Amino acid sequence: MAGKQMEMTGAEMVLQALRDNGVEHIFGYPGGAVLPIYDELHQQEDIEHILVRHEQGAGHMAEGYARSTGKPGVVLVTSGPGATNVVTALQDALMDSIPIVCLTGQVPTSLIGSDAFQECDTVGITRPCTKHNWLVKDVNQLSRVIHEAFRIATTGRPGPVVVDIPKDVQFATGLYTPPSPVIEQKSYQPKVSGDLDKIREAIELMATAKRPIIYSGGGVVNSGPEASQLLRELVELTGFPITSTLMGLGAYPASGKNWMGMLGMHGTYEANMAMHDCDVMVCIGARFDDRITGRLDAFSPNSKRIHIDIDPSSINKIVRTDIGILGDVGHVLEDMVRLWRASKKTDRSQLADWWTQISKWRGRNSLAYAANSDVIMPQYAIQRLYELTKDRDTYITTEVGQHQMWAAQFYGFEEPNRWMTSGGLGTMGYGFPAAIGVQVAHRDSLVIDIAGDASIQMCIQEMSCAVQHELPVKIFILNNQYMGMVRQWQQLLHGNRLSHSYTESMPDFIKLAEAYGGVGIRCDKPGDLDDAIQTMIDTPRPVIFDCRVASLANCFPMIPSGKAHNDMLLPDEATDEAVANAIDAKGRALV
Amino acid sequence: MNAQHQPTGSAYFMTAETARPETHTLSVLVDNEPGVLARVIGLFSGRGYNIESLTVSETEHEAHLSRITIVTTATPNVLEQVKSQLERIVPVHRVVDLTVRSSELGHDKPLERELALVKVTGTGEDRVEALRLADAFRAQVIDANTEHFIFEITGRVSKIEQFISIMKPLGLVEICRTGIAAMNRGPQGM
Repeated sequence: MAGKQMEMTGAEMVLQALRDNGVEHIFGYPGGAVLPIYDELHQQEDIEHILVRHEQGAGHMAEGYARSTGKPGVVLVTSGPGATNVVTALQDALMDSIPIVCLTGQVPTSLIGSDAFQECDTVGITRPCTKHNWLVKDVNQLSRVIHEAFRIATTGRPGPVVVDIPKDVQFATGLYTPPSPVIEQKSYQPKVSGDLDKIREAIELMATAKRPIIYSGGGVVNSGPEASQLLRELVELTGFPITSTLMGLGAYPASGKNWMGMLGMHGTYEANMAMHDCDVMVCIGARFDDRITGRLDAFSPNSKRIHIDIDPSSINKIVRTDIGILGDVGHVLEDMVRLWRASKKTDRSQLADWWTQISKWRGRNSLAYAANSDVIMPQYAIQRLYELTKDRDTYITTEVGQHQMWAAQFYGFEEPNRWMTSGGLGTMGYGFPAAIGVQVAHRDSLVIDIAGDASIQMCIQEMSCAVQHELPVKIFILNNQYMGMVRQWQQLLHGNRLSHSYTESMPDFIKLAEAYGGVGIRCDKPGDLDDAIQTMIDTPRPVIFDCRVASLANCFPMIPSGKAHNDMLLPDEATDEAVANAIDAKGRALV
Repeated sequence: MNAQHQPTGSAYFMTAETARPETHTLSVLVDNEPGVLARVIGLFSGRGYNIESLTVSETEHEAHLSRITIVTTATPNVLEQVKSQLERIVPVHRVVDLTVRSSELGHDKPLERELALVKVTGTGEDRVEALRLADAFRAQVIDANTEHFIFEITGRVSKIEQFISIMKPLGLVEICRTGIAAMNRGPQGM
């Protein structure tokens, strides 16, 4: 066993273990069952604690922090409601593979199972929404468990973990063991290097491709900045077109010449058509989510598929793969780039027809929208926001809904870790706390939460947190007075009967910002937009920007539920009638 | 949602499932720690997999390892998912599909045994018949008085099923079964 053991209390161990694992910031909320740990926090200065206003906010802040830094986000909450409130964020992190270490207080071991005040079965409740969790009943096990928690959260396919610590264990004295470079755990051994024979096989298949496409995902971002660099190299070497999932935006630059835009339900025409017609698909760190594949029996019918993923259960889960390569994206890409170079393949003439076809699809201009000089079109608002922030050190987060898709379509991401969004779980309320988490890690950067008027109200209480900690996060609300995506689906599926999707009694966002001690800005004219955005950027305090946009705009292009990639609804074809009839009876049952 | 519009299975599996389900026996070696069984069965219920039989006990005391034997029925694609998902559980060391392994070894199926305790009450001819049949099935009498027998029977599932159905008209009162314990033939370990 490496390192010197020291005697200390459980609460001291928690702080020591956090320091030893390189933690500088934690997001939390105190309560009865974590008071001993909060007492230790009070007596030290190495770790900064960000006081949230709701534990869900702590979880999303940790996610934003993790996603923008590549380091694990750490959460500290109390037992019972503290733990249950963080569940949404844990599931969110699980689905998007974000490393979170969540420490929860628990009632004393002698009271566990007695329905004590603020007791809940935290490990039971969080078992399906974490990668792993622990209830620590012996103070001498506490340091080992916390070190293991960090290892499990950050290695393999990253994810959230929970360590539940009863109050008596926090008070008890025991031996602290520092992290050991020798891993004692025998069961969990994620594989990082890919099988070289399979990688060779993949390279050979790619070399013969006439209509290839690279489909990359959040796994590239999770693998670290080197993986994104290698992805760019591979694209450059092969000359293949590349598309990406929502989670993978930024791994390949939006300004890159091989960039096709995002694919999937609200992806570009060219990306989806190329996925449908390709002969070789190289899926790198993505998981064939239903938002990506659309109708499965018509998914990319004539392609051979290569799938690189660190999680064996992702390979062959939804779509059968011809060559499945198990390993870390960065490691596998390194081998691929090396082997491709060694094969000295430079002739790209066999891709010429494919690129001609792609430029025809691109010419369809699937992101077009009707410009308007009286009201702000939401797409225009994102475009202006992009133009005015692209040359700055900017991070973007989003909530969930139409604004999220417009942000993905119209904001160009040049680098990984700059885009934080709730992809898998689709959590309204994610974006604002995530932005706070990003700002904690990057104090001098411009951090903007692109929000909707409905989503923002789900975690608006964190304004108080942003103001308290002087985190000048910008909330850019595309305010159309509807739950826009819900309204769009009601129009598509339910005869435009807008059941409960209109936001009645909207707060005055300017007054709301001011009530919290922030700054409010409103803009409802396209001509005023640039100046208003500039004012927001120049304000060194938290800002709520109420951008009044066209209320009934729909998010296109769209693959309606139950349809295939080559069966998209394009903006210029989306008449009211086409929208009303886009989805058949079978599709109506889908989500 | 209208039930008639609901496709089978997941909302996005638009095609009807045509692959035939198969029954496989899995051996799962896990750390014997609190909650490990909940993780395994929670995975099955959470992802909609079937458990037809489940047996668990610590098999290596010093290493604190338990062996879980699960019989499950699913299509080949789902079976592959079951195995990969089990392997994702942190305290899981190994997952072996005994059914696949046995055919690789050239056997028909893995060795599978179950133990059942069967309580039968009765008098007269029924009681004599129950005892006679128990003898034919090589079931042991482990408890008896003038009104009842408790038989202990070990064997393949089909044998136990048959024994139980024969005992039904002879005064069957209660049954307890262990679930299947299984391993493959031959000198190789799991």
